[in-house]
Amino acid sequence: MSSKYLQFRRRVTDYFATFVAALLSAVVVGTLLAIFAYLIVKGAGSVNWAFLTHTPKPVGEIGGGMANAIVGSTLILGMGSLMGIPFGIGAGIYLAEYGRNRFGAVIRFTADVLNGVPSIVIGLVAYGLVVFTEGHFSAFAGAVALAIMMIPMVARTTEQMLLLVPQAVREAAFGLGIPQWRTTISITLATARAGILTGIMLAFARIAGETAPLMFTALGNQFWSFSANQPIAAVPLQIYTYALSPYDDWHRQAWAGALVLVALIVGTISLVRFIFARSTLREAR
Amino acid sequence: MGASDRHISIPERKKNGQPFSPGPAKPMGSPESPKISLVSTAQKAPAWGRSLFNPDSIFKGLMLVAALAVLAVVGLTLSELLQRSVLAWQKFGFHFFATSAWDPVAGEFGALPFIFGTIVSSILALLIAVPLAVAVAVFVTEMCPKPLRKPISFATELLAAIPSVIYGLWAMFILVPLLRIHVAPMLTKYLSWTGVFSGPMYGYSMLAAGTVMAIMIVPIISSITREVLAVVPQHQREAALALGATRWEMIRIGVLKNARAGIIGAIILGLGRALGETIAVTLVIGNTPQIAKSLFAPGYTMASVIANEFNEATDSLYVSALIEIGLVLFIVTVIVNILAQLLVWTATRGAPARANV
Repeated sequence: MSSKYLQFRRRVTDYFATFVAALLSAVVVGTLLAIFAYLIVKGAGSVNWAFLTHTPKPVGEIGGGMANAIVGSTLILGMGSLMGIPFGIGAGIYLAEYGRNRFGAVIRFTADVLNGVPSIVIGLVAYGLVVFTEGHFSAFAGAVALAIMMIPMVARTTEQMLLLVPQAVREAAFGLGIPQWRTTISITLATARAGILTGIMLAFARIAGETAPLMFTALGNQFWSFSANQPIAAVPLQIYTYALSPYDDWHRQAWAGALVLVALIVGTISLVRFIFARSTLREAR
Repeated sequence: MGASDRHISIPERKKNGQPFSPGPAKPMGSPESPKISLVSTAQKAPAWGRSLFNPDSIFKGLMLVAALAVLAVVGLTLSELLQRSVLAWQKFGFHFFATSAWDPVAGEFGALPFIFGTIVSSILALLIAVPLAVAVAVFVTEMCPKPLRKPISFATELLAAIPSVIYGLWAMFILVPLLRIHVAPMLTKYLSWTGVFSGPMYGYSMLAAGTVMAIMIVPIISSITREVLAVVPQHQREAALALGATRWEMIRIGVLKNARAGIIGAIILGLGRALGETIAVTLVIGNTPQIAKSLFAPGYTMASVIANEFNEATDSLYVSALIEIGLVLFIVTVIVNILAQLLVWTATRGAPARANV
């Protein structure tokens, strides 16, 4: 009797636990769907040609767009990537090829720590390093902040991808008498390039949406600016400003900007998945 | 005797290993092997000698510079923050962390409300996020039907990719009204005895900040928990099942118990994220420097006060006080992250070794 009851209770507990886990997972996935649904519902109607080609209208006037912010984001991200990616890849190469020792462990640990530093603190540092020294806000300062965020992310994925390259490949190259630097560039890096590209694009997707590091560096701008030494608009900053504003038309544009930004980021990630899936397929063949 | 044996054996092994070892390929390029004509680059190696200017050293040096940049950035961060917060430190000292006056006009600055806000909102976020994240991780790795596995992990991955500002926007216009109209009355009705759900709810509140933060840290906790669960040796599961355990008992005894250090690490990593979360929180927390018992009351966090006030801060003491808050945030997140890394590291590095036994 009692053992039968125990059996029953255990079975019920098992079902219950599975149900709870499934339910909570559904909540998480449901939240994601809710966010996307609202983005599309509220944003899709406002993403139009004017939004993509016009600058913001003065307060109170309906219309205008985020063209300058889209260009500004592109410039900041471009400059940031140009500064961050080479350092990231270099550090990754060092960690994978020369860093199998205590010094390498220190660098690795520091990179992980840097990865966890809040982006707002990075913004403060870029402010101190660039804005304070130069005496004015600038696109360059924003790019420095984003580059700092990019370095540890790119470094760690580059390292992981290089370590996936079999040691035998390197040995084969050494066996042909190819010097180590040449082996690393032409053989190891080339073999791991799909994975490294993935890491770079994921890091790019992550910094593309960053607002906090740009607040005291790029500052934002309601007008066109193409100079690295001027305050410049960026899409995330513009969304933030518009979200805080009391105007319905700006709220509408904030949703539109959010949709554009998410489309860019999700697009990047999907592309990465596509590339990665194809490259692993090729390797498997 | 044994010692001398060892002495002989080491150089021998080295010699054998040399053609495969990194570095200038000396034996290849040396005159004894002129037959190998493919290796023209290696033949140049002796000419470069062991000088600092051979291409290998230059390359290694360049990579070292990049690696040192990581150290330099952390060093610069610390020195910048220290240097620029000196003014506030000299004026207030430790008092800064114990007073709750925040009056930029009178030049009085106390960080206590922000420290309080950061801690409360982060703990609230963890309380909501941890069950969700662990449930997702367990469901995906142990329970769910195979075809569902990929979509659910992709969904959590996407959740991690959404920028903070978009969470903030969504929370402002969707979550805050939802909490105010539907959730808050229920909490007041059933849980007001706890004391933390009392008073009027205007929407922008600690509760809203904690909730949106929770959504944002679910992906990081669940993805690391998944990694940790994946390295729990398969035979632990098999052993539990062989003893007649149901699936849930197997998960509880065989999986979760083995993975708990790693899961705690994942949770602490999530805490690190929550502490530094800025934009989404700034948009919904109400930005009021006060220490209120109720979660319905607006608050302020360390990150959001910097985001909200730094550009308005005109006099140097104000700026310095904000940077000192940034310094504290930096130090706290670094400590939290190191702790989490160590826990996750012991969990994931220790396990495969045990699995081979």
